[in-house]
Amino acid sequence: MPKIKLPTKSPHIDMTPMVDLFSVVLTFLMLTTTMRQPEPAPVDTPTSISEKPTPDFNTMTLLLSKDDKVYLNFDNGPDTLLAFRPKILAEMGKRYNIEFTEAELAEFKKYPSSIGVPILKMKDFLDTRDNKVRTAMESGIPIDSTDNQLADWIFCTRTVNPNVQACIKGDAKTGFEVVKKVLDIMADKNVFKFNLITTLEAAKINLADIQK
Amino acid sequence: MAEIIQEEKAGGKKKAKKHAPHIDMTPMVDLMCLLITFFMLTTAFSKAKIMEINLPEKLKDKSIDPPKIVASRTLNIVLGPDNKLYYYPGTVKPEDYNNLPPLQPTDYSANGIRTILLERNRALFKKIDDFKTQVTAGKLVMSQDSVQKSISKLKTDDDTGPIVLIKAYKKATYGNFVDILDEMNICGIARYTFVDIAFYENTMVEHAAGIASTAPAASPAKK
Repeated sequence: MPKIKLPTKSPHIDMTPMVDLFSVVLTFLMLTTTMRQPEPAPVDTPTSISEKPTPDFNTMTLLLSKDDKVYLNFDNGPDTLLAFRPKILAEMGKRYNIEFTEAELAEFKKYPSSIGVPILKMKDFLDTRDNKVRTAMESGIPIDSTDNQLADWIFCTRTVNPNVQACIKGDAKTGFEVVKKVLDIMADKNVFKFNLITTLEAAKINLADIQK
Repeated sequence: MAEIIQEEKAGGKKKAKKHAPHIDMTPMVDLMCLLITFFMLTTAFSKAKIMEINLPEKLKDKSIDPPKIVASRTLNIVLGPDNKLYYYPGTVKPEDYNNLPPLQPTDYSANGIRTILLERNRALFKKIDDFKTQVTAGKLVMSQDSVQKSISKLKTDDDTGPIVLIKAYKKATYGNFVDILDEMNICGIARYTFVDIAFYENTMVEHAAGIASTAPAASPAKK
């Protein structure tokens, strides 16, 4: 019996449609998504029905982590030429008699994440390039009544950028004591309007619910 | 070699060497895979949303009395420890400090606080709902801004709904706080605010929660 010979197929598969598909997916991802900012502490925000998007600039964001640490972040303003961040740091330095060099201010300007370093360690923090050393320094901004650096930060931010809006980004499990403290500090500095950062979750109710 | 030469002689015409029509796409696919993975991990699809809240201004001048509110419309919501939630209507007068009203336990679910709030806020909620239905049905044509404006106008004009005072016991969490504010927005409560917890309310929460499970939590604040 002669063997039936199957025609040997070429080992090459045509990848062109796959490339096409991937290009489409890639383009879609690049256009629809925004870069996620790295955060010094993982924060799981609570949900709400609010559909208002976060403002792009003129914000100061307070990050309240699960372990009750407070971090602060603010932006450079609607135009990077305004460079609010280095101005705020310089203002802060004046209050604590710390002279920041040009290089340190430039480093602070482009530092993307929230800051949680006591102001006395800020110089070392900006000088080092080692991320491990930096993480070790992040003990949160002090909010005790004896050493209330958060109040000073808020004051400086509002001096440099009067249009700033306060945003609070807290973990759902953050204890209320620290939230209350932060709210009190803000109220002392005459900030009464807050934007609480949440994730969207739909909730539907109909009239039948209230008629029963 | 010999064959090729023969062929050239035979054919006469010089044929350009044909390229294979297939380019190997595999490295390109690899690269694309990497890029897609990178984008999926480093970017976020939706921008975070914000919920606005206005806190009452702190009265620095002690001679000014805080605004008075009607006791019959007041509803106090107290955020308790361990995701517990309590409420009581009305106010506590100084002569009642030894005879505090009981806290009613409830929860954050749709059958808990939402039903209570909706029942008290029925008139306003119905108005807002009717208005929204008219807009979605196309009977009223207006821009999104004026829709929001009309709803807030309905809220300011309302004088029957509850005045909700939100208070938080120290063991509550930030998640509880956001949840209850969200509930206010869902139920369309016109007047609500967040105020400091009073000392007698602390006792009330400890009393109410102590019965359930958290007895040790009750002791330190009683000092």
